[in-house]
Amino acid sequence: MSETETTYREAVRAAIREAMLQDERVFLMGEDVGAYGGCYAVSMGLLEEFGEERIRDTPLSESAFTGAGIGAAMGGMRPIVEVMTVNFSLLALDQIMNTAATIRHMSGGQFGVPVVIRMATGAGKQLAAQHSHSLEGWFAHIPGIRVLAPATLEDARGMLWTALQDPDPVLIFENALLYNMKGKLAADAGPVDIGNAAVRREGDQVTLITYGGSLHKTLQAAEDLAEQDIAAEVIDLRTLRPLDDATIMASVRKTRRAVIVDEGWRSGSLSAEISARITEQAFWDLDAPVGRVCSVEVPIPYPKHLEDAAIPQVPGIVQAARETLGR
Amino acid sequence: MTEPRQSPHPRVSREHVLHLLTQMIRIRRFEEKCAELYTQEKIRGFLHLYIGEEAVATGVMEAVEPDDAIVATYREHGHAIVRGIPMTKIMAEMYGKQEGCSRGRGGSMHIFDAETRFYGGNAIVGGGLPLAIGLALADKMQKRSRVTVCFFGEGAAAEGEFHESLNLAALWKLPVLFVCENNRYAMGTALDRSESETDIHKKAASYRIEARAVDGMNVVDVEAAAREAVAAVRESGAPRFLECRTYRFRAHSMFDAQLYRDKAEVEAMREQGPIKRLTEWATGTHFIHDDDLERIEAQVAREVDDAVAFAEAGTWEPIQDLTRDVMAEGPEAVQ
Amino acid sequence: MGLFKMPSLGSDMEDGTLVEWLVAEGQPMKRGDIIAVVETQKGAIEIEIFEAGTIGRLLLQEGETVPVGAPMAEIVGLDDEPVPAAAPPSASASAAPAQKAPRPGPVAPPAKPTPSPHAEGPSGRILASPAARRLATEKNVDLAGLKGSGPGGAIVSADVPGAAEAAPGPKGQPRQQARRGLDMGEMRKAIAAAMARSKREIPHYYLQHTIDLEAATSWLAAANAERAPTERLLLAALLLKASALALKQYPELNGHYIEGEYRPAKAVHLGVGIAIRGGGLIAPAIRDADTLSIDTLMAALRDATQRMRAGRVRSSELTDSTATVSSLGERGVEGLWGVIYPPQVALIGFGKAVLRPAVIEDRVEPRMQVQVSLAADHRASDGHRGALLLNAIDKLLQTPETL
Repeated sequence: MSETETTYREAVRAAIREAMLQDERVFLMGEDVGAYGGCYAVSMGLLEEFGEERIRDTPLSESAFTGAGIGAAMGGMRPIVEVMTVNFSLLALDQIMNTAATIRHMSGGQFGVPVVIRMATGAGKQLAAQHSHSLEGWFAHIPGIRVLAPATLEDARGMLWTALQDPDPVLIFENALLYNMKGKLAADAGPVDIGNAAVRREGDQVTLITYGGSLHKTLQAAEDLAEQDIAAEVIDLRTLRPLDDATIMASVRKTRRAVIVDEGWRSGSLSAEISARITEQAFWDLDAPVGRVCSVEVPIPYPKHLEDAAIPQVPGIVQAARETLGR
Repeated sequence: MTEPRQSPHPRVSREHVLHLLTQMIRIRRFEEKCAELYTQEKIRGFLHLYIGEEAVATGVMEAVEPDDAIVATYREHGHAIVRGIPMTKIMAEMYGKQEGCSRGRGGSMHIFDAETRFYGGNAIVGGGLPLAIGLALADKMQKRSRVTVCFFGEGAAAEGEFHESLNLAALWKLPVLFVCENNRYAMGTALDRSESETDIHKKAASYRIEARAVDGMNVVDVEAAAREAVAAVRESGAPRFLECRTYRFRAHSMFDAQLYRDKAEVEAMREQGPIKRLTEWATGTHFIHDDDLERIEAQVAREVDDAVAFAEAGTWEPIQDLTRDVMAEGPEAVQ
Repeated sequence: MGLFKMPSLGSDMEDGTLVEWLVAEGQPMKRGDIIAVVETQKGAIEIEIFEAGTIGRLLLQEGETVPVGAPMAEIVGLDDEPVPAAAPPSASASAAPAQKAPRPGPVAPPAKPTPSPHAEGPSGRILASPAARRLATEKNVDLAGLKGSGPGGAIVSADVPGAAEAAPGPKGQPRQQARRGLDMGEMRKAIAAAMARSKREIPHYYLQHTIDLEAATSWLAAANAERAPTERLLLAALLLKASALALKQYPELNGHYIEGEYRPAKAVHLGVGIAIRGGGLIAPAIRDADTLSIDTLMAALRDATQRMRAGRVRSSELTDSTATVSSLGERGVEGLWGVIYPPQVALIGFGKAVLRPAVIEDRVEPRMQVQVSLAADHRASDGHRGALLLNAIDKLLQTPETL
């Protein structure tokens, strides 16, 4: 099968482009997605190809345009709403939480909201405390929406179309550090499932559970652990809500040890939820307390050394994995 | 191009013109150095330069008193400099050194300084407006005769927080001066592509706030308008709104190919730059002379060099201190 | 002479492609002049120079892509402006922005609990993982004797003997960790779990046979006549030895049924059921019982009984058994029907030896007899083989001198 060299950014762009070509109900809207080419240059060139009607620059009004995406979805369109970063999505949280996530249930199943909302997330670019947080775990708290975190080129390329087929709201979190990630992608890469976690590396001594930008650090940690004769299994959650308990538990039952790597803060986090589920469902299989590597509970600071110290890093993951083995 | 005119409370003396010019050149040279340092990776994160807009912060800051409060945006180096925060501390902040005014934790977008009542450095568009009316509310409730000056871009006018804040400020009669720095582009989105009503001050008027637009490329106009507005706010306790029409000469941030505007437009605006205009007017009228300019430039160059040296010599906050100041410590802390 | 380098325009900019030089070699430049156009992920950006000087050699061809920090042109006649002290970031370093900040290590992880040599938590409870607890329960192992290798010295599943799925066998040195006494509550729970599992999972079949003990008791009386009381042999030793030898002959009754599969054992490690005062039962293994002399076997039995009752158990003793013998002894009753200890497949039960009327060559005589039973796992063996086992025991006990 032929492969092409591409980047995560280009994979997302290809996915948007394909969706626009396949389904005329699909349109993209958000801040600076058009003339500017997207804050992260994801949508560069799309305005020229599809025009202002379908590549819609919005004013800086997250609540209004996210709500408009929700309404348009209910009205028969298939909008892709781009919120520049998760930090700004807080201004749209009301619409996502109180409208998109509730309407199907509170209308007795009469209305659905097939909207896709994409946003960048994560730290690592020294953008300080108002541009660096990983709040996807908050969204994963909300029933009524599906939350995705593509960490690979295949998922960046393939999750969007599947998400657009979903009759309910889907949020896609793209870690901003991944946009430059290069790699090979099959020329015919297309839609992928959005229901399952993936085992990205097999091992039988400890399960490392992660998603998004932390996947690559975790894979590196697994590599380092292998040099220390520790065989770590790496699970990429892919979908943060609903969680794929079966894949997680199958691995934990095998390895008897789990470490969750989550760039969110520890308290009340997605990692806390996963840890709780493991103790609920696989307690008697555990040989060690569930470990967690999360962000330090501080607003992410600007200087590189403090930012690095604030978020999960490879040595910390290695250390946490070793501790589950009593090493 | 209009010449600076006499304002209600003008002080267009030679000294004052030299002062205004110096302030704007301080901002300009500081930021040019920042751009250079950015390409050398001394400064990281986002770097939003104010170059072209110096007249706004410079003019407005002439009108405020030391105990007034300033709320600014992520494009706030200029405001911080003319507010009186030492350039050394600002540059150290740009570097992320702990000698910086925010201990290095904020960087370019988050300059804070309690001494000068400088409340950031806010990097969520529109996020500073509710904060500003709260500061003003506190002054009003404590019967202090202070003014809170809130800077924001025209992009913020699209946010709900803009409208909610203006309404509350008018409804509760809060002593805020709203200063809209209308540079015509919200990042890459032109004003007429983001606003149905492009006269931003008219939005304020609809909340019954006295509002006007002023040539933001003319520092003397800005100062005059700001003096009048600040005096009115202080006296009436009610908000005022000033739309300063200006232009940013450089990209939104360093990593911006400026696909959204013509080079010719930028060049034309540069011709009307605030420093250029004031210099041409002041030299043309022999208010100031070439050697004044040389002296200012030399003095500012020294100040910038000192700031860089200070930042270079600065130290990194130890990692053990990472969790400091998440919550209050010491006597302030609730036990 | 200085170098003009590919500038970093954003922390996510890794490289740039030279689109066009806007200057020529030898051209004088002042600070702020635009000298080139560089293509980035965000489009073409004009690059300015921050120094004054003259353009020297242009080091980059249009169309070339170089990482941030790579030299683009020589600048001649520069003032002695400070040159950035650090080397330009390499291509690989530019993926993670090369700030000249000190490179700190990760934040110190939370302090590890200090490992306790006795694998005990602060509350005095044994530190053992849930998986180890479950496994120990299944294997009827007392955690107290185990040494932990897990976090904080906790016992993990791999520390539980028999955890490895290979046939149980000697695993290093027997662990001699002492403990402070048997926890009756825990023991009851362990028995409950093991016996419930046995009755739930094992399809037992039962056989019974009566063995004449005249030969054995006569031999014992003679042997004990010359011994000090503490050295005397008990009938139990003969019963055990005979059982061990018989089990050796019938491997389908000596081994373990694990994960749907019967695995015969190579050696005979005979579990001996010992009642604990105050209730409870424990069945330590006498290893290689078929090879021990009667005297050695007796000594082992005595030692095990004393230690069990004193609460000193070696963990391996509790898991190594390949079959179990339960003997009610003098204070018991005439017969017992045992419940197999999983994952073993056979339990041989001896009742109390009693004088019973027996028909010997047409005459009724009082004879010392014992009833022996076999509870066996029908998944591993059939009744016919079980019967042969009991007959073999009988036969061996008729020639005690050979045991």
